[in-house]
Amino acid sequence: MAPLLTVENLRIELTTRDGVAPVIDDLSLNLNAGETLSFVGESGCGKSMTALALMGLLPEKVGRVAAGKIIFDGEDLTQASPQRLREIRGNDISMIFQEPMTSLNPVFSVGEQIAEAIRAHQNLSRKAAWDKAVELLDAVRIPNPKGRAVDYPFQMSGGQRQRAMIAMALACEPKLLIADEPTTALDVTVQAQIFDLLTDLQKQSGAAIILITHDMGAVAEMARDVIVMYAGRKAEYGPVDAIIEHPRHPYTQGLISCVPHIVSDMSEERPDLVEVPGIVPSLKDFGRDECLFASRCAHRTEQCLAERPPEKPFAGGQLADCWHAEEL
Amino acid sequence: MTDLLNVENLTVRFEVKRGGAFGKKAHLYAVDDVSFTVKAGETLAIVGESGSGKTTAALAVARLQAAYAGRIELDGEDILPMEGEALRQVRQKVQFIFQDPYSSLNPRKRAEAIVQEPLDSLSDKPAAEKAEIVKGLFEAVGLRPEQMRLFPHQFSGGQRQRIGIARALATQPELIICDEPVSALDVAVQAQILNLLRKLQKDFGLTYLFISHDLGVVQHMSDSIAVMYMGKVVEHARRMDLFSNPRHPYTQALLSAVPTVDRAKRAAQKRILIPGDPPDPVNLPKGCRFANRCPVAQDKCRQDEPALLDDGKGHRVACHFS
Repeated sequence: MAPLLTVENLRIELTTRDGVAPVIDDLSLNLNAGETLSFVGESGCGKSMTALALMGLLPEKVGRVAAGKIIFDGEDLTQASPQRLREIRGNDISMIFQEPMTSLNPVFSVGEQIAEAIRAHQNLSRKAAWDKAVELLDAVRIPNPKGRAVDYPFQMSGGQRQRAMIAMALACEPKLLIADEPTTALDVTVQAQIFDLLTDLQKQSGAAIILITHDMGAVAEMARDVIVMYAGRKAEYGPVDAIIEHPRHPYTQGLISCVPHIVSDMSEERPDLVEVPGIVPSLKDFGRDECLFASRCAHRTEQCLAERPPEKPFAGGQLADCWHAEEL
Repeated sequence: MTDLLNVENLTVRFEVKRGGAFGKKAHLYAVDDVSFTVKAGETLAIVGESGSGKTTAALAVARLQAAYAGRIELDGEDILPMEGEALRQVRQKVQFIFQDPYSSLNPRKRAEAIVQEPLDSLSDKPAAEKAEIVKGLFEAVGLRPEQMRLFPHQFSGGQRQRIGIARALATQPELIICDEPVSALDVAVQAQILNLLRKLQKDFGLTYLFISHDLGVVQHMSDSIAVMYMGKVVEHARRMDLFSNPRHPYTQALLSAVPTVDRAKRAAQKRILIPGDPPDPVNLPKGCRFANRCPVAQDKCRQDEPALLDDGKGHRVACHFS
């Protein structure tokens, strides 16, 4: 079976004051229906840009697909017309954003906003669309959906607003759901509820999910595959369990060990956290023919500064872009 | 070790109006009869979800928010009734690190002026000595001397938080209140700031009151932990006790909700889901505030509010069935 989504050597360029910079540089991936793929990395690494490119929502006149293909369900989205993309968006591919407060319209009730999305894509009457909206609110486990559909976003808690966003995204039963940091603004107990909900809905509908996050713990709970992004490039790609067990890229190692995790064998002693010194390079340094992580890396050698590291395959389908991946 | 900070029965309430301009006045108890202690040189973490009152409690301790009732003892002295010069003296001893490094620094001031500001307003040191202190602080938090002349927008998020930390250290405080100091930062930068905070604690013998919702961070930073829910402390224990043997159902649910990379832990733990939302803070139900979401709630929980009781070994829990 062909994968639902295939991205081949995608390159996205942004025009900035300092010239053209590749925010996504040679990215390839495969995603099957019913599976979850996760993007991790710090801010400014190109995670959200990838999502926007998949949706065909790159900022106009600034961003463009310079090379590569995005094949969704047999159709190359980079060649599709704006009209066709408009049909696909919200219908076959939909998206949940990070901030549930700012991505809902404050002057319309939640039910109206969901019904609007339904009516934009399906030929339903107002009444039928409203009924469907109420049904969807019930599906995302909002208590008393009939009564809550007339509520405005400010009358809902953060978790409920995010549920309403999910209901809207699911309105047309998309084949691919992109969740861009869906729980970053929420408390942990609410995050657990939202993750549970997404997993259940995925089981029912067979949709594929792309989860964008910076939390390795969330990746471990939710996803089957993970792509670690750094400065617009893939650092590591493969099954989550294999990568957490044995990360082959120093950046992945840093991302896992720099966060204090709650572990089963806690001890009285607390060693210092592993630091990844420095910060992500600025956009104008993207696209150089060298390892962009080298300036922050403890394993740096001459070779890292001379040439961009190639992709190296390992057992179990793990891919790492590092000159020293075998030794790590 | 002696207690540096001893908070007893602290209550902070806000007036709210219900039902428009002519509505009845009601009170929202953001912090309701809360007690906790912090030993000198240690870190107490207050954890809880948004709206649990943890930040309000911290602001009250810093005298940045008026308390309605209770005692806040610093070094054995109640600081709540203090005014004027006495309060100014206390402010030297209690400093604050804020959550958002972008909005907590004055954009029109140079970094050195920002760090020096507490010295200007709280101490009577001569100018040369102040400049010397500021220089030392920049070194202590890992910033370069030439960066002293820069403005906040020229720094990255992590560097700004370092400026915020240097400012909090300026008056050589005994207690530093860190209100979610890393939650606005990227994960790799978080580690840098957390390591810095622990290093400074060792070097200067600081006591931290650490407010956070991230249990991973809390586990790493704190010596003891107070868990808050709807304005109440529901559990207060030493770090190892709380994480290896959480006794309040809310703490258990909170701990089980944290995603982890540890596969053994993930397999062993069953996620305790707490359904629904917290009750309306203005019209609190009778009895335990957690009862409507609690997996083990009984009739008794809906009648009597449980008190925070000590088990004799310093592990305090407010639950009828713990």
